[in-house]
Amino acid sequence: MTQTRRFTVKPLSRVEGEGALRVRVSGETVEIAEFNIYEPPRFFEKLLVGREVHEVPDITARICGICPVAYQMSSCHALEKALGIEVSAEIDLLRRLLYCGEWLQSHALHVHLLHAPDFLGFESGFAMAATHPEMVENGLKLKALGNRLMEVVGGRAVHPINVTVGGFYKAPSSSAIHRLLPELEWGLETCLTLLKEVAAFEPPTFEATYECVSLRHDHDYPMNHGRVVSSGGTQSSPLSIEVEDFNQHFRERQVPQSTALHSLRLPGETPYLTGPIARMNLCRDQLPSRARAAADDCGLEMPLRNPYRSIVARVVEMAAACEIASDIAREATADVNCCRSVYKPRAGVGCHATEAPRGLLYHRYRLDDRGRVAEAEIIPPTSQNQAQVEGDLRGLLPGVLALDDAEATRRCEMLIRSYDPCISCATHFLTLSVDREGQG
Amino acid sequence: MHAEKRPQSKPRLAVYKFASCDGCQLQLLDACGRLLELAERVEIAQFLEASSRVDPGPYDVGIVEGSISTAEDRERIQQVRRDCRFLVTIGACATSGGIQALRNWGQIDEFVASVYASPATIDALATSTPIADHVPVDFELRGCPVDPGQLLDLITSLLLGRRPRVPSESVCAECKRRGTVCVAVAQGIPCLGPVTQAGCGAICPAHNRECFGCYGPAEATNLVSLTTFYEKRGTPRERLTQLVRGINGYAPAFREESDRLESADSMRARP
Repeated sequence: MTQTRRFTVKPLSRVEGEGALRVRVSGETVEIAEFNIYEPPRFFEKLLVGREVHEVPDITARICGICPVAYQMSSCHALEKALGIEVSAEIDLLRRLLYCGEWLQSHALHVHLLHAPDFLGFESGFAMAATHPEMVENGLKLKALGNRLMEVVGGRAVHPINVTVGGFYKAPSSSAIHRLLPELEWGLETCLTLLKEVAAFEPPTFEATYECVSLRHDHDYPMNHGRVVSSGGTQSSPLSIEVEDFNQHFRERQVPQSTALHSLRLPGETPYLTGPIARMNLCRDQLPSRARAAADDCGLEMPLRNPYRSIVARVVEMAAACEIASDIAREATADVNCCRSVYKPRAGVGCHATEAPRGLLYHRYRLDDRGRVAEAEIIPPTSQNQAQVEGDLRGLLPGVLALDDAEATRRCEMLIRSYDPCISCATHFLTLSVDREGQG
Repeated sequence: MHAEKRPQSKPRLAVYKFASCDGCQLQLLDACGRLLELAERVEIAQFLEASSRVDPGPYDVGIVEGSISTAEDRERIQQVRRDCRFLVTIGACATSGGIQALRNWGQIDEFVASVYASPATIDALATSTPIADHVPVDFELRGCPVDPGQLLDLITSLLLGRRPRVPSESVCAECKRRGTVCVAVAQGIPCLGPVTQAGCGAICPAHNRECFGCYGPAEATNLVSLTTFYEKRGTPRERLTQLVRGINGYAPAFREESDRLESADSMRARP
């Protein structure tokens, strides 16, 4: 008789938002491997309709308290295209500096408080503090540094208030930015030391072949700008497109187990991967010099195929964020004269993608004749990664079935956690349910 | 076993999430991080975002983030109330319904259909409402997000058994203390500072922009007088309606005013 086992975990812990996992295995066959997101839907795309352009970045920030800058940036760039305005190189640089703050705080939170406990065998970052005080304290200090950067440029760490369509409400103080330099240099050195530690973490044995998708810029590691590129997959070719063509190559689909839509790659509606591993695999050559040299030296097998290694990719990106921010801060000798491009309300359509800490974030807006939002479309990174998470679960399960329920479940949870899923973002989170039927 | 290990004096804390962006929980995580000793003073019995450990209730203090917007959550909050001796809500979502309460002015079917191809599988109530609309709440901390300083004061107060020190004045008072030149008077920008509760440090006017009400309505304010002033000075009524109907748009004082502005607007538009 074939044995059927079911696992359920609801809700998942150490992830941002409300999610669950449901698995059913019959003999050696995985029948169901679902990453459920039951976070209540908040309908942002609909509640933006009718709002004036200047209100949009304040509203979209509220999609996610952990990556509000990503939402503000994708909104602003997309709306600027719809309005036909450009921003100065100086504003662009300040936006990159702000984004560095968000990458640093978001990655530091995940690496130290959410993910490292899995490798070191703790229930939480706080529990880890007793035996690994230096790691926890440095993690909190790095997070605080990211916050500080967001406060100096964005006016507030959670839901910055200084960001607007066309630039900033007030020019961030160049001297305040400049004063962050010693801390940023400390941050870079600390991340480089941390990189050696996390590179030595033994990841569970698991490999997948991913179609990686990220932005790629001509000369910078991607944050605010770039073409959408893909490594190609089993049913799709490598890609390098303008973001305007995104909808021709990717499609969102509703699935019953989730209040977040799944985004899939066309033509075959196949899963793909976005986020730190995808960016590292596609854009490692563009890392700033010290982060890149450290990434080369830490013995990382490239391309990355083991999702648990995302912790290493995140630390490389934390080092990169400190290095990029230091370079910008070093040059910040005078306040920006004009911090805002002016615009007149008008009809138009614009779309843009930026790299949130968790991956590609696509926004598209249509404005009516009075310059109000008539239509909004937002595709967050966790929606894009959901199908790949489920693909990985299917790949992982045969290898963990010999384990008892608690350990098998823990391995599944750890896999999901390595994606740093942001369920609030995806709207929409995680519960693992493992049912083993007919056992014993 | 746990009961034996735990000294009687250590309060047990549980943190819950409902419909929200996680930002207020993030402020709490930061606050706990800043005060690792805090983690020693209280027993964090449940905080899913930070820890895989979940110890069963009852708890001394429950901290709730997020609003009630699904049938399942409407049931869940009842159990949360039963499990917690003292219940505190934090943030705009939990105290006024949050930005997602903008749907309270629309048709929910239309909202669901606009985002989901198969609306039938989506559990969504017609409204997003504050926790206090469903269960008695012992203390509300406002803000979008809540201020980490106020959050620390709240937790310290709970530990000491005193009343939290939360300002009841408006953002204007903070602006004056900061020495910020009034954006409403000097630049003609319609600003909600005069009617919004203080606590953020008046950061928006200090950045040359209007307060948009993250901390919700202050006590004893005259919204009609303020919007009438802005309207006389030339701001279209529709714009004022939207300004008041924002992050805390469903808080009673803001809600009444945006409804008044809107109905007056449609009366005027009638031939």
